[in-house]
Amino acid sequence: MIWFSILVLIPLIAIVVTASENGWDQYVATLQNPQTWAAIKLTVIQAFMVTLLNIVMGTVIAWVLVRDSFPGKSVLDVIIDVPFALPTIVAGLVLLALYGPNSPIGIHWANTEHAVTLALAFVTLPFVVRTVQPVLEELEADVEEAAASLGARRSTIIRRIVMPSLVPAIAAGAALSFARAISEYGSLVLLSGNLPFRTEVVSVRVLSFIENGNPAAAAALASVMLAIALFVIVVLDILQRRVSRRG
Amino acid sequence: MRWLLRLAAVGYVFFLVAWPLALIVRQTFSNGLGNLLDTFQDPHVVNALQLTVMVAFWAVVINTVFGVTVSILLVRYEFPGKRFLSAMIDVPLSVSPVVVGLALLLVYNGRSGWFGPTLEENGFQVIFDAPGMIMATCFVALPLVIREVVPVLTEIGDDQEQAARSLGAGARQTFWRITLPSIKWALVYGVVLSLARSLGEFGAVKIVSGNVTDRTQTATLLVEAKYQNFEQGTAYATSFLLILVSIACLIVVAVLRPKQGSR
Repeated sequence: MIWFSILVLIPLIAIVVTASENGWDQYVATLQNPQTWAAIKLTVIQAFMVTLLNIVMGTVIAWVLVRDSFPGKSVLDVIIDVPFALPTIVAGLVLLALYGPNSPIGIHWANTEHAVTLALAFVTLPFVVRTVQPVLEELEADVEEAAASLGARRSTIIRRIVMPSLVPAIAAGAALSFARAISEYGSLVLLSGNLPFRTEVVSVRVLSFIENGNPAAAAALASVMLAIALFVIVVLDILQRRVSRRG
Repeated sequence: MRWLLRLAAVGYVFFLVAWPLALIVRQTFSNGLGNLLDTFQDPHVVNALQLTVMVAFWAVVINTVFGVTVSILLVRYEFPGKRFLSAMIDVPLSVSPVVVGLALLLVYNGRSGWFGPTLEENGFQVIFDAPGMIMATCFVALPLVIREVVPVLTEIGDDQEQAARSLGAGARQTFWRITLPSIKWALVYGVVLSLARSLGEFGAVKIVSGNVTDRTQTATLLVEAKYQNFEQGTAYATSFLLILVSIACLIVVAVLRPKQGSR
């Protein structure tokens, strides 16, 4: 408990205290800085898009992994986890190899907004897949077959039988990947070029505040990110309780 | 329909993960083994790797001990604020590494931190030195062990422990003989995950370490520095090594998982 407070609680409290030392004016001034505001807008929009992408693709991949079988499926299963284990800076470098200046397929996305989307999609890939997969595994195919034998069409089965039990898992995965996307830093350093107003995300902004010796502004921005993180955790907690109550 | 979904899933993963990874491997070996050998003769690289292993090792050890303790605390005991603690444990997973770095910096830096100056007077420098880096790494990898061990502990219940205690076993004996063997696989799984995370930590370490070549530069920081200095060969080779380690960790985990399920 003491170790936990030394490591986590006190430093996090320090952020909030430093941020609030100068009162609301500091907050407003920091957030109203056009460059910061652009960074926040970019981060939130990109995180949102990537989360939507993950909801669709993650569910598809989880479905393929559980219900389908083809040679190389176990390889796919391992590859899904790669973005989670890979150091984020290496993730950036890896993506740069295919989508950067020396791209073998002629796509040059480095230093554009696409690069941000790409990096975020890469690092958040496992979340929805890994939350949906176990739920889908537990879901018996019997019910679906029963529905089919009673004359339900494919779209009806998916809408009425499969989706309702998957929604909490998808939501949990989406929340995780949104939180991760908001806070991503490492993979963007090399890939996006951190151009102010265009590809600079919030984390990078915090870092440049620190490096310029402006800890108060950094703390103000960091506390906003902290609030988002806490919000996501609370949402997840509620979702988990709801799922376990139903089960 | 089935084919379409399969194609979509495989294609997406291929373009996003598999192909870029393959390209890095190919670039590492673009002129045979020379690239890799050059890299390992670079003293900066060797220093960075040693430092990374040292930091990751201590972070994993601390997290394992702490993780098991907190897991037992969370599952076996009731106390006020338990739900709060459980929620706070998850914070490092969703908070940005940059924020983690900033938080540690505010408390422990030598000039204006809360505790930093006092610690430094006693000859103990945290920020821009190894302890700070270990702390940052601990912070980001904190929940991994706990999240693996807690469900297992909850599932096995405390019947066996109570039986052992009623037969006269001490607290320590109960732990080593009963509790630890039953959470063994979950623990190994958590440790492997936190090892992978610790080796690869970048954002938080970047802030607290000061990124001094040969002294506080870890492997991931080195990759960034080398790439930006246009020494791409070295950057690729070091990344290749990190990729190798993280995939090895994944395979260990993949091998462990079915075992855990069949038990």
